[in-house]
Amino acid sequence: MKRTIFSNQLLPWLLLAPQLAITFIFFLWPAAQAIRHSVLRQDAFGINTNFVGLANFRALMNSAQYLNSLQVTVVFAISVTLLSMGFSLLLAVAVDRMIRSTSVYTTLLVWPYAVAPAVAGILWWFIFNPTIGVMPYVLDVVGYNWNHMTSKTDAMILVVIASAWKQISYNFLFFVAGLQSIPASLREAAAIDGAGPVRRFFDITFPLLSPTTFFLMVVNIVYAMFDTFAVIDATTEGGPAQATNILVYKVYFDGFVGQNMGSSAAQSVILMLIVIALTAIQFRYVEKKVAY
Amino acid sequence: MIENRPFLNLLAHLTLMLGVAIVALPVWLAFVASTHGPTDFMSGTVPMWPGPRLVENYSRLLETGVSTSGTPPVGTMMVNSLIMALSIAIGKIVISITSAFAIVYFRFPFRNLAFWCIFITMMLPVEVRIVPTFQVVADLGMLNSYAGLSIPLIASATATFLFRQVFLTIPDELTEAARIDGAGPLKFFRDILLPLSRTNIAALFVILFIYGWNQYLWPLLITTSADYYTIVAGIKRMADAVDGVPQWHLVMATAMLAMLPPVAVVIGMQRLFVKGLVETEK
Repeated sequence: MKRTIFSNQLLPWLLLAPQLAITFIFFLWPAAQAIRHSVLRQDAFGINTNFVGLANFRALMNSAQYLNSLQVTVVFAISVTLLSMGFSLLLAVAVDRMIRSTSVYTTLLVWPYAVAPAVAGILWWFIFNPTIGVMPYVLDVVGYNWNHMTSKTDAMILVVIASAWKQISYNFLFFVAGLQSIPASLREAAAIDGAGPVRRFFDITFPLLSPTTFFLMVVNIVYAMFDTFAVIDATTEGGPAQATNILVYKVYFDGFVGQNMGSSAAQSVILMLIVIALTAIQFRYVEKKVAY
Repeated sequence: MIENRPFLNLLAHLTLMLGVAIVALPVWLAFVASTHGPTDFMSGTVPMWPGPRLVENYSRLLETGVSTSGTPPVGTMMVNSLIMALSIAIGKIVISITSAFAIVYFRFPFRNLAFWCIFITMMLPVEVRIVPTFQVVADLGMLNSYAGLSIPLIASATATFLFRQVFLTIPDELTEAARIDGAGPLKFFRDILLPLSRTNIAALFVILFIYGWNQYLWPLLITTSADYYTIVAGIKRMADAVDGVPQWHLVMATAMLAMLPPVAVVIGMQRLFVKGLVETEK
């Protein structure tokens, strides 16, 4: 709180006006529309609209496709989070041992953050292309017949790798910062007591890193759930047979391609509740830190 | 480092080199593909080393594009992307810094309400409210325009919080001194607050430029005229169109051009980039 303030009454509203106008027109109003449409149902011609209460939500909960999409999203988000964070932690721990070469390695590892998710999708799609890609060729040598256009598992692996790749730099930077904030004296003391590097990592470094790990977990889940639309659209388009149809992709598909407004609006509302819950977790727990 | 273990150091170096190789692999392969001709892919696999057609492929893309895909020359799409990225980055910074100034330095009715309205935008990413937002933009006649590409995306709770945080750390004495010297709020803002938040603005700009350049779903939906295609959204259209007649070398060259500006910004301004990344997550 500032003690010294200016006394104008009109000026602050003028300063806030652009931000508030955009917030109302492009954020709050559409969100309210989504909530309104989620309890309405239009007939096939768009002439009559009836209030149907929670029927759209009930229909979703009974829809095998929606439940499948929910399940796909959970598997996808967990896989992306674990793969990306695991790989980044390994690299961060390795960099933490370095003295002179830290900045070189950091530069070589941070740039994927700047690559658009859509472009990341295209790049991995090319590598895994069943006819000309490098990976299917290599996998063929070891006897695996890769085809993400027909195999559900292959398609999921492809989108997980493409999405996790893009997130490596972010996780890496935060893990390195987290590792550097752990006092060296603790690890030195453990070393004097005879604990080897592996023991030191699991008994000291990893527990003390838990605030960073928890924070990154939330960020990665949010990323996997909401920012990977472009990766899915550029690679599998939700297929084959709905195997990679995550929730944000389904909202878009049902709303724009399927033209099912009631269902799409209900899905939007569910997604909003998920974001609100995740943001609440982030503010409630990350601020306080998982501390020792 | 706690103790000297040469074997572990070697292992760490090997891990990092392998990590760098894995991270760089997709871009290397894309670069290699972009330097070959269309027939080089017919043999079954992609070549691993650059070919001779680097200049030819890129200059053709920038000037004429891939005519069969219905996308404009890549040069045009890059200019569109640049306009969108700059409008989003500058727009977000301008409206957020003025909002933060109003919230920190004035007392007025409904101040908290205004703050919460801005806060809520954090919980409404464009992906979850895409259909009604598209409807609003269509009703306002903003489809196929630079305004439609940028304005709906420039509300920013994160940037407002960041500037609020910065302003709260500026000592009250400075404000008092400015007032005694007869400075009004706008003069104080221009001559004291702006210069003091210069590095924060720069760091935020780097993050927001990347955010703006990499937008995909929004430009894909609201641009139907090829004049307004952005490169990140255009590349998908190109990849779809050439599915029948694979022109991988051109698609990959476009991918290289699409990632060049934001990657150059991250590498060239690494310090600001890391600062921006850490600050926006507070």
